[in-house]
Order: sequence, then structure tokens, then C-alpha cells
Amino acid sequence: MNIHEYQAKELFASYGIPIKAFRLVTEPGQLAQAAQELGGETIVKAQVLTGGRGKAGGVKYAKTAEEAVKYGQDILNLTIKGFPVEKIILTEAADIKKEFYAGFITNRGTRAVTLMLSKAGGMDIEDLAVNSPEEILKIDFFARTGPDEDLYEAALKDIFRTQTHIAQARDILDKLYRLFLEKDCSLTEINPLSIVDDDTLVAIDAKMSFDDNALFRHPEIQALENPEESSQDEKDAREAGLSFVSLDGDIGCIVNGAGLAMATLDLIKLAGGEPANFLDVGGSSNPNKVVSALKIIISNPNVKAILINIFGGITRCDDIAKGLLMAREQIQLDLPLVIRLVGTNQDEGRALLEKAGLQAFDGLSESVEKVVALATSEGGRQ
Amino acid sequence: MSILIDENTKVIVQGITGRDGSFHTKTMVADGTKIVAGVTPGKGGQDMEGIPVYDSVEECLKDKKVDASVVFVPAPFAAAAAREAIDARIPLVVCITEGVPVQEMTDLYHRARAKGSVLIGPNCPGLISPDKCKIGIMPKRIHKAGGVGVISRSGTLTYEVVNELTLAGLGQSTCIGIGGDPIVGTGFLDLLERFEADPETTAVVLIGEIGGEAEEEAACYIQDHMKKPVVAFISGRSAPKGKRMGHAGAIISGGKGTAEAKVAAFEAAGVDVADKPDEIPGLLLKKLKRKK
Repeated sequence: MNIHEYQAKELFASYGIPIKAFRLVTEPGQLAQAAQELGGETIVKAQVLTGGRGKAGGVKYAKTAEEAVKYGQDILNLTIKGFPVEKIILTEAADIKKEFYAGFITNRGTRAVTLMLSKAGGMDIEDLAVNSPEEILKIDFFARTGPDEDLYEAALKDIFRTQTHIAQARDILDKLYRLFLEKDCSLTEINPLSIVDDDTLVAIDAKMSFDDNALFRHPEIQALENPEESSQDEKDAREAGLSFVSLDGDIGCIVNGAGLAMATLDLIKLAGGEPANFLDVGGSSNPNKVVSALKIIISNPNVKAILINIFGGITRCDDIAKGLLMAREQIQLDLPLVIRLVGTNQDEGRALLEKAGLQAFDGLSESVEKVVALATSEGGRQ
Repeated sequence: MSILIDENTKVIVQGITGRDGSFHTKTMVADGTKIVAGVTPGKGGQDMEGIPVYDSVEECLKDKKVDASVVFVPAPFAAAAAREAIDARIPLVVCITEGVPVQEMTDLYHRARAKGSVLIGPNCPGLISPDKCKIGIMPKRIHKAGGVGVISRSGTLTYEVVNELTLAGLGQSTCIGIGGDPIVGTGFLDLLERFEADPETTAVVLIGEIGGEAEEEAACYIQDHMKKPVVAFISGRSAPKGKRMGHAGAIISGGKGTAEAKVAAFEAAGVDVADKPDEIPGLLLKKLKRKK
């Protein structure tokens, strides 16, 4: 789960990590007061859950309160990478003398938390990581033992140079690491971490993402979830216990298992079709899940045909068949349907379908070819 | 032979009295697995259809010789259960549970290495050596004993591939789902090494997906260390960037961990990459013939 910069900064502040004062604004009417409260120069920043907002015109420097109001109005009218800007923050401007990068991230390779530090802050760290990896210092932190003290100190010395800045950086990073651990983050990032006018280090920006698996023990973090992160379809699906991602194509997909679902989308593409969604009905065998899945899929007007691909393991084919028949009673299903049903209880499942006049297929490739043909022919919904 | 398990493997089930634990214990028993005991704190002294239940792994080990434990404990407590088995030095610990927090897994990973346990999972279907032993939730019927080793990050996609192998007459030595999470107990390298050393395994199928760089590492390993033929399949080739597709691991960022990068790494290492699961048997047979 990702959160906005202003939410991350509130968490930073609660851990004593220095930030510049800011005001959250959701309506143009609030701009004047926010600008006045901060006084003087401000930075106006769009709060969107995507990168590259600066390049998209979502970050502006305002010399006066009037300018802040004007820029604020402009930015509130922007849509950045498909996200309409609904929130902005006004932040006290800082006279930045030097910029660094600092971030903690879950490292799949070393199975540790890795601190990444760079003298080249402010830049796109992904590009830096690809083009000049030597510019980024990395140190592994282990929850039980912490980092190797000598390496940690040496890295701080190398990046921050003066005794004052080393001490300040150490304090900020220790706090950031505690935040990372205590809130089960997968990423905490300060970019830039800057030396400002009064010679102190300040987090100018803040980025945090969280381990979804650990949200159950952090209701206060779960409460920060932003509704715009998911489409309505995705929210409906989550409530129905389905794993769902909206895509741009016209073939609706219902599959059991994430890996098989991804492979099914790949095969549709390979056959010249375009999937409308990723949908994993999961391992359990609840017929209601099939009904919910079909409802969500047919609510998408782009869908021209549907592929149901089930390889029953824990999932029982007769439960899937029952769900399909229930769905036919409850909803108007006038889309062509290709059903691939194999695995646990496949004979029982197929018998149920046949009685209702539905045919099930064996092979995955043939089923994919059939649904692609249906979606691209006159047979599909126009 | 097979890797990690065989017909003599004695297994305990942690969480045996739970909904999933009891259901899959019955299936494993029906499929021929030697389940010697179960563990559910607070239910020690009871039995589950004739299988004795203990309060703790430690209690259980006083009475029973145990080679492996399988964990069907709900996510908030699964890591603690696996830790108990690792601390008791059970050689193989298989965690089926989905949704274990990453920090716990990081800890468990290092703990298992330090104590000498092989940890499989979490969020995985487990492993099976057809006709010998099954520790997990896969349907046994689609498997057939033979010489192909299968390693996969996905559950149902493994079934798909195994089914194609069996239909083509290619039996399997051991099939292992390592799990789709960003941090898993055992990755590709360790298992490739075991398959290379197993005299009964003649070839390996590796099923990967987008996210992380485990496949790229596996490709390097295969090139440097493996004589046996390997065929790979990568799912998620069409996945949009930045979206999470069910598996926590299946997210790509910053140009790393893409399907293209993985396919390219395998091809550079001489590993054939199938476009579709049903192409895997054909590619394997071609490689096996060439070897002879």
C-alpha cells in the first residue's frame, strides 16, 4: 500500500524526523489561508500516488501568497498519469544548499532491510541505480542485530562529510529505520534529504509504502489508504474476496491462482487478444465468488467475451460450475463465454454445465484461441 | 530418488485441527504421506482421525521421529509456528500459509539457514514426489513418477505444467512450489543444485514470473553449474508496470525484473523458454533426445 507525501511527512514528524511546515489543501478556497499561515515563499506540490509529478507540472515554487494561490488552482486542475489531482500541499520553501538521497527498502536479494545513500539526491534514483550504481552506497540492516556499526559510520562519513551533518544524518536515519520496522514498511524514502539555510538536514520530500501482509496489525496505517489507488471495480472485487486488476482490453478473465491468471493473460495477448482484467478467484471453492466475479466483469462495457480458466486443486470444479449456474439465474449474461474446467471434480462440474447446455473445454491454448476469436468476431458484444 | 522427501519421510502438521489443516491432512494421508502427528497449541492429547495431536513441536519430538513439518497456521501466527519447527531443528519446514509479513519472513529465512532447516514457502502449494510423498495441497492425480524436476513460484500454474508433462508421458521426480512472495525460504538456486545432484532427475522445468531477480540469478547458476537440461516458462509477460497481480512478487519497477530481462537471461544461458505451458514437454523431449 502506498500513501501520499503529506501522510508520510506526518509519520516522519511523529518520529521526530525534521520536515518543513506544510498545509494540506483540497479546495481552491483554502489556498489563501494556507499561504498566509505559512508566510513568504512556498512550494506547491500535487499529492498523487505516482512518480514524475514534477515533470508533469505538479510542483511549483511560489514567491508570494498570491502566486501560491494561482499555482494551487492550476495544479488542482491537473491530471497526472491518469490521477486527477485532488489534494495539494503548500510547504515552506527552503534555501537548499545540498541534496542527498536516503531510503530503506526490503531487499529480496540479501533478505535484509537495505539503507541506500547517495550524494546525488533529487535525481531520479531509478535512473541512477541503472546508470551509475556506484553512486549509491548500500548497507544491510538486520532487524535483530542492526547494521555493522563500522560500515554504517563509514558510509555516513563518506556521504555527509562534516561532523555536524554526520550526527544529524545518523539521528534521522536511525529514526527512519525505526519507522520502517515498527510500521512494516517495504520502502521509506527521503529524496531529497537536504542541507538547508540554517545548515541543518531536512526531509524535503517523503515517500512510503507498506507490506500489505502486515497491514492487519497496523489499523492506523490501513486508515491512511487512499480510495483513488484502486478503481471502483478493484474495490468491489476486494470486498468480494477477489484479487483483481483493471486492464484496457475486451476479454474478461476469471482464473484460479495468480500465476495461472498471469499466464492466461499472456496467452490471450499471444493469440492476438487483449485482456480486460486480471482476476484471481483464489483457492477456496465458494460459488458466490464466481457470481461476484462475473458481475464485476460484465459491469465493464468494453468486455466482449469472457474466459473462465479453472485448474482445480483446492478449488473444486463443481463449485465453479454451481457458481456459473447461479450467476446465470441472477444476472443477464448475454456475452459469449468460454469455459475451461479441469482438475478436482471436473466430471461433476462438467455434468452440471452440460445439463444447462454449457460446454467446457480441456486445453488452455484452445480455450484462449476460442475466446480471442469470439471477442474479435461478430459474435462478441459490440 | 527424489529431492528433499521420499517414501520414508515422516511428517507432522502444525495447525492440524484448523479448517485447512484438517482437510489437507486427510488428503495427504489418502495420497500416501506418512503423517505421524499434529500440533495445535491447547489441543494436546486429542487426536485427529487417529493422528495424535500435541501442544508443541517440542512435546511431539519427545515421542516421534520427525523429518518434516507442514504449517497450515493462519498468517498472524504462521511465522511463529515455522520458527518453532526450525528451532526444534526439523530438517524440512513447509509453510503453506499466505500473507506472512515480510519482516517475519526475513527473520525466518536467516534463522532456517543458521539452524540447518530447509524452509519452503510461505504462500506455496508445497512439494510432491509422485507415489512417494506429498507435503502440500496439490492434486496428486495429475502427477506421475519420473525424471523431471519442477520448481515454480506459482501454485495453479504448476498444476497446468505438471498436467502437460504427465499427458506427454514425462513423469516427475519432485515438484516444488517455492511461493510467490518477495522473500521465500528456499529459492531456485538451492533446488537447482539438489536436482543436479539427484541421480533420478534427468531434466528440470523452472516456472518463474515477473518481479525480483531470482530468475536472472538462476540463469547464471544454470550456465555455470548445470549439466542437466532446463526448460523455463515466465508468466506475467503482459502485466502492466507497477501493478501488483496477486503475488506480492509480481510487481515490476525500474526496468528490473521484467519478463523480457528474465527470458533474455535464460536464453543467454542456453535455457529454452516456452511461450505457452503446453510447449514445455516438446522442448524438454527435444533437449533430452539431443543429450542422448
